[in-house]
Amino acid sequence: MITDLFTTTVLIGIISSGIRLATPYLFAGIGEMFSQRSGVLNLGVEGQMLLGAFSAYYVVLKTGNLFFGILAAIGVGALMGLAMGFVTIHLKATQGIAGIGFYLFGMGMSNLLFQKLIGMVENINGFPSIKIPLLGDIPVIGEIFFQHNLLVYLAFLLVPVAWFVLNKTTIGLKIRAVGENPEAADSLGVSVVGVRYFTVIMGGIFSSIAGASLSVALLNVFQQNMTAGQGFIAVALVYFGAWKPFGVLTGALLFSLVNALQLWIQVLGVPIPSEFAVMMPYILTILVLALSLSKGKGPSALTKAFEREG
Amino acid sequence: MKNIFKVLSILLIAVLVLAGCNSEAPTTDEPVVDNVEPLRIAIVTPSTINDLAFSQSISDAMKVLKEDMGDNLEYAYSENMFVIDDAAAAIRDYAQKGYDIILAHGSQYGSSVQEIAPDFPDTVFAHGTTVDTFGLPNVYAYEAASDQGGFVNGVTAALLTKSKIIGVVGPIETGDAKLYVDGFVKGVHSVDPEIDVRVTYIGSFSDVALAAEAATTHLSAGADVLTGSAQMVVGAIGKAQEAGAWWFGTQADQTDFAPDVVVASQVYHWEIILREIIAKRDAGVLGGESFAASLENGGQVIHFNPGLELPEGVMDKAQSIIDEIVAGNIETH
Repeated sequence: MITDLFTTTVLIGIISSGIRLATPYLFAGIGEMFSQRSGVLNLGVEGQMLLGAFSAYYVVLKTGNLFFGILAAIGVGALMGLAMGFVTIHLKATQGIAGIGFYLFGMGMSNLLFQKLIGMVENINGFPSIKIPLLGDIPVIGEIFFQHNLLVYLAFLLVPVAWFVLNKTTIGLKIRAVGENPEAADSLGVSVVGVRYFTVIMGGIFSSIAGASLSVALLNVFQQNMTAGQGFIAVALVYFGAWKPFGVLTGALLFSLVNALQLWIQVLGVPIPSEFAVMMPYILTILVLALSLSKGKGPSALTKAFEREG
Repeated sequence: MKNIFKVLSILLIAVLVLAGCNSEAPTTDEPVVDNVEPLRIAIVTPSTINDLAFSQSISDAMKVLKEDMGDNLEYAYSENMFVIDDAAAAIRDYAQKGYDIILAHGSQYGSSVQEIAPDFPDTVFAHGTTVDTFGLPNVYAYEAASDQGGFVNGVTAALLTKSKIIGVVGPIETGDAKLYVDGFVKGVHSVDPEIDVRVTYIGSFSDVALAAEAATTHLSAGADVLTGSAQMVVGAIGKAQEAGAWWFGTQADQTDFAPDVVVASQVYHWEIILREIIAKRDAGVLGGESFAASLENGGQVIHFNPGLELPEGVMDKAQSIIDEIVAGNIETH
């Protein structure tokens, strides 16, 4: 029963499941974090994920080339990011509503394209598992961490890279400045519009890759609405992580590990009603958030459109 | 710049409104050959019609009916109505447009049907999957006795498992899914009560990633036969195929998706029930009855994968169980 949880197989199972489940949240969450740090709230992540998932899947289905699939996802994500940027930065529409609009667009478009171009659910050969030599052979640790597919590795590598870019590079400084005080940044010659377009497009690209990670790496299938709200959870994780890359990583791992745990709890027959098991990742995340002492303050200019005065 | 946008938007709206108005004006002056008006059926479903599961089953049924009835049948559908308010709006809209029969294909639409049906006493509302007709004279209810097919699948699964561990990936513990799972578990234990059937409900009808992880968890825990319900199972089937574990499906024929591992699928043939509803409507009875798709009336059929060679005796045993259920000799739930 509950003691069965403490065996090696279960441990390996929970952590490696958690790592796989966290992958789309990491891509989408880091992308959204950049966007929000520069002041733009993008609620359309789910729509970008769905279109990215479809584009990558379709290209891989038709050409068999995984690299082209990812390129397609990047292209689609960049376009959606560009559109979002235009609507919120140039037209200065309310960011939240614009994001929801893009969510609906992405969902509807991916559904339509799937029905017209493919029609039937079928699976493809996606990214294979890559065992990292040497590291992958370590007992237990190797199986947990070093036998995943390329996109999983990339998702986790993205976190320190994002931290470095945000905190140690000029562009990162500009992003943070634009998000905190765009007027001051503007007066110092930073192109607020340029920086925001950059982060929103990057956000679109990462959300799209998050979707692609589902359809051509983790699941190797596309089904309509397959993201099932993960895009919105990714946005929530940005808040949870206090707009820091390692915070997003913590949130994504917490949520996904507990999700993997509740699956094992159900499989091993621990007598918890399935409804409670399913609630566990959400409740735990809320609890941790409520109890955490360092409540990050968001970027001061978040959701405010920038208008140069005078 | 902003003024131009305003003008363009107003122009666009004007054009759309004019186009909309025009399309309603009668333009045909062909002589009417056939005086019989086609039967008009509308369907509202919570997921997409090619989800390999629940919504696909009703769409497939409509295609069969259309083949039978040809031009005497017109149908329209609104899919992806997982927001109940949207579904209610669609149902009311179809009723107002004068559709003869409206299928509210989702147990979550119950309160909507209960609210809307009295406003349209001449329209037939059919509500599935449930047994409740709310005491209204123009509401039919239909459901599938999925525990029956579940039982048969369970028996076959029990005969195939070597590790004596079977995994079930369910969506939410309710309705059709719960019926199927309960029947399945009973079927397994009717062959061998020692077999460990582990049931996980992942809490979603659409989270493919979580269903895939649930399947992976089952497989890591030693299962060599899997089954599941609702459209997110495509994730689970994919993992079953990778691991070479047997899969049993329900709601739609999942053989083509994974021809190497899908043993059998319980397929719903809603057209059996729909034909009865149409006949009753023609006879003037607009509702008040509930139907069940079962192995007896052909509303449920077990499709075995013709490309798989099963060990000797398994198919015969499965068929004999089907016969027993049809004869009413077995309690499947």
